Amino acid sequence: MADKNSRGCLMPMNATDIEDLIREGLPGAEVDIRDLRGDGDHYAAHVIYSGFKGLPRVKQHQMVYEALKGRMGGELHALALQTSVPQE
Amino acid sequence: MMTNTPAHDRIDGYVNGDDVVLFMKGNPTFPQCGFSAAVVEVLSHMQVPFQSYDVLPDAELREGIKAYSQWPTIPQLYVKGEFIGGCDIVREMFAAGELRSLLEEKGVKAA
Repeated sequence: MADKNSRGCLMPMNATDIEDLIREGLPGAEVDIRDLRGDGDHYAAHVIYSGFKGLPRVKQHQMVYEALKGRMGGELHALALQTSVPQE
Repeated sequence: MMTNTPAHDRIDGYVNGDDVVLFMKGNPTFPQCGFSAAVVEVLSHMQVPFQSYDVLPDAELREGIKAYSQWPTIPQLYVKGEFIGGCDIVREMFAAGELRSLLEEKGVKAA
């Protein structure tokens, strides 16, 4: 369940939480996270993962969202996502 | 595609009612979110006519579209009934020239 603070609004996530969740869901992935505004709510992430190979971008992004276990769009308002496959 | 999601049939009608359909926050003239505005900009730049639907006043649509496409955020772009992606993907595809080739492949005119 998303954790809430006393005012009942969703707690922003920190970069390491996001990184850990993605790595847990996509074992072996390389994750580069940048906090765009320092507010814990607007991040940019680049995920490099061999499992993306041959998949359309939509599917690659959906795999990252699945790793984030439903936080995307709620607790995590904005994640500018870029996905790619490791260079051979 | 999930078929028993809220407003599924209504959304199905919208998605298949026009060649290019954008579910967004606000409308093309007054987008209410930066990500929605970015997709409108790409489509306008390519002079691609599109039908937009504002999810802000319509909670059932706002939640139903996320379940329909299994995609957690708005905006969402559809071409000939197929879900293409949100803001990031549309921008990445536009930058890589993939959006133009996809539109051409699906017989949609773009400048």
